[in-house]
Amino acid sequence: MEELIAPIRELRADIIRMIATAGSGHPGGSLSVIDLLAVLYAKHLRHDPKRPDWPGRDRLILSKGHACPALYAVMAQRGFFPKEELLTLRKLGSRLQGHPERHRLPGIEAATGSLGQGLSMGLGMALAAKMDGTDQRFYVVTGDGEMQEGQVWEALLAAPQFKLDNLTVIVDSNNGQIDGHVSEIMALDPLADKLKSFNWDTRVIDGHDLDAIDGALSAVKTVKGKPQAIVAKTVKGKGVSFMEDNIAWHGKAPNKQECEQALKEILGA
Amino acid sequence: MPKATREAFGEALVALAEKFPQLVVLDSDLSKSTMTADFAKKYPHRHFEFGIAESNMIGAAAGMALMGKVPVCTSFACFLIGRLETIRVAVTLNRANVKLVGTHAGLGIGDDGASQMGLEDVAAMRSLPGMTILQPGDGLEARQAVEWMLQHQGPVYIRLTRQKLDDVHKPGYQFECGKLDVVWEPEPKAKHFQATVLASGGTVGGAVAAAQSLQPKGFAVRVVNAGTLAPFDVDSIEDFAKDSERFVTVEDHNIVGGLGSAVCEAVASLGAGKPVVCLGVRETGESGLPAELYERHGLSAPHIVEACIRNLS
Repeated sequence: MEELIAPIRELRADIIRMIATAGSGHPGGSLSVIDLLAVLYAKHLRHDPKRPDWPGRDRLILSKGHACPALYAVMAQRGFFPKEELLTLRKLGSRLQGHPERHRLPGIEAATGSLGQGLSMGLGMALAAKMDGTDQRFYVVTGDGEMQEGQVWEALLAAPQFKLDNLTVIVDSNNGQIDGHVSEIMALDPLADKLKSFNWDTRVIDGHDLDAIDGALSAVKTVKGKPQAIVAKTVKGKGVSFMEDNIAWHGKAPNKQECEQALKEILGA
Repeated sequence: MPKATREAFGEALVALAEKFPQLVVLDSDLSKSTMTADFAKKYPHRHFEFGIAESNMIGAAAGMALMGKVPVCTSFACFLIGRLETIRVAVTLNRANVKLVGTHAGLGIGDDGASQMGLEDVAAMRSLPGMTILQPGDGLEARQAVEWMLQHQGPVYIRLTRQKLDDVHKPGYQFECGKLDVVWEPEPKAKHFQATVLASGGTVGGAVAAAQSLQPKGFAVRVVNAGTLAPFDVDSIEDFAKDSERFVTVEDHNIVGGLGSAVCEAVASLGAGKPVVCLGVRETGESGLPAELYERHGLSAPHIVEACIRNLS
């Protein structure tokens, strides 16, 4: 995973630049999820940036759509679109909407941002692939706060019933949401136990440990007969000292000075 | 022969299963009521039971549609529309090719009462860009509308009745999406109409009965079936406005946001200057026989008659 360290640093810097340029956005959850997305795209998700509509591709749904700066940064780095386009985030006419929309940007698999819906959509996709007998895999990245939505639990109940072993949910468990810490707003723990009891193959990892992420994503592919959950323990705002686990940075853009400070910390220059 | 449009839908699904190999049916524990049980029995590998969890069913339908399936998602109209947020994002924002089938429309369900009656669904669905809304007026139209829906690329909502409906179309009828169709006019054809009545679904039969009862009294009333509620056929409204003194709308739906609103919007935007008398449900529903409920809530033929000739000398 050594080779991903420098590119991921760039991704973190892109996130900060995009949100600072846009003047709004969600740095906290973008920085917590970026390692997960980077490893997924680099090592596991079968995709072709030159053919984003390739029918045989795997699918990623970023159900926590507000963290799309992270997804856009990864997509640009992998060549879905020119990197310069990143700075159009949230601007009128941009393909990089404030929350992702599939019909605007090739490579986005589903419109998200209304929390709680991504897992249902991923489940439906996985079901269709099972019908067609393909070996495609489906990854849904949710926030932990998002797991408070009832629809998520409907989907968690349904996926094992349909034996969807081609479906993996990755929970970006940063313990933060707009109004405070998840554990204080509406606690989810013991989350892994809940998922296990819903008949999901469940593992808990450090969501910033690249080897652990890679290992978990490899392991889930060997599971037969049931869907898999990866609870990734993360730090909101990871990589920028003044943003880390600071709820204020859930949905706020850094000003010029904060942006410079953040880039300095990330890039070490 | 009288038939509930939900029955015609269930028969059409089975009849069309081979023609549409990507068709799949999703249910939320109501397949016996939404009439998908026969399809489920005949094509078990293409039928998915989601349990009493409509949000997940609709979201999963969107996912299946994005993989090329043609998912038909059924429940009572009221339970589907209760998941408007999932419909708004997973279906319409994604432009997903999902077919939402809401049965048990309106007061016409009868004795199950208010909580089971879909009375707000059309209003909500009309506010979603790209959503086609169909409400067939009899079994013949329902069968054809279902076939049209399956070949159409894009989200569709179809609203069906629990109660049996009399045939309002002649045997040679051809469904055309987006077109209002005249189901009854006095013979010989009048040059001038006291009213053009627009009805949809469960109210079309009553509108025809009302118009027929007015003919011997010297009133010429045309009855139009609104089988497509969105996109709405404004061109035909323009034509009807030329020879009609007024419009009357009658719908088994809340008075706000449905057929009556669509006609008012069309007449106003055309500057057609004709009054529109809207009959629709103004309160929550209640238990009773369908005919009793239509009478009590102002949707029956006598109410339509009154709306057609009120204040006319």
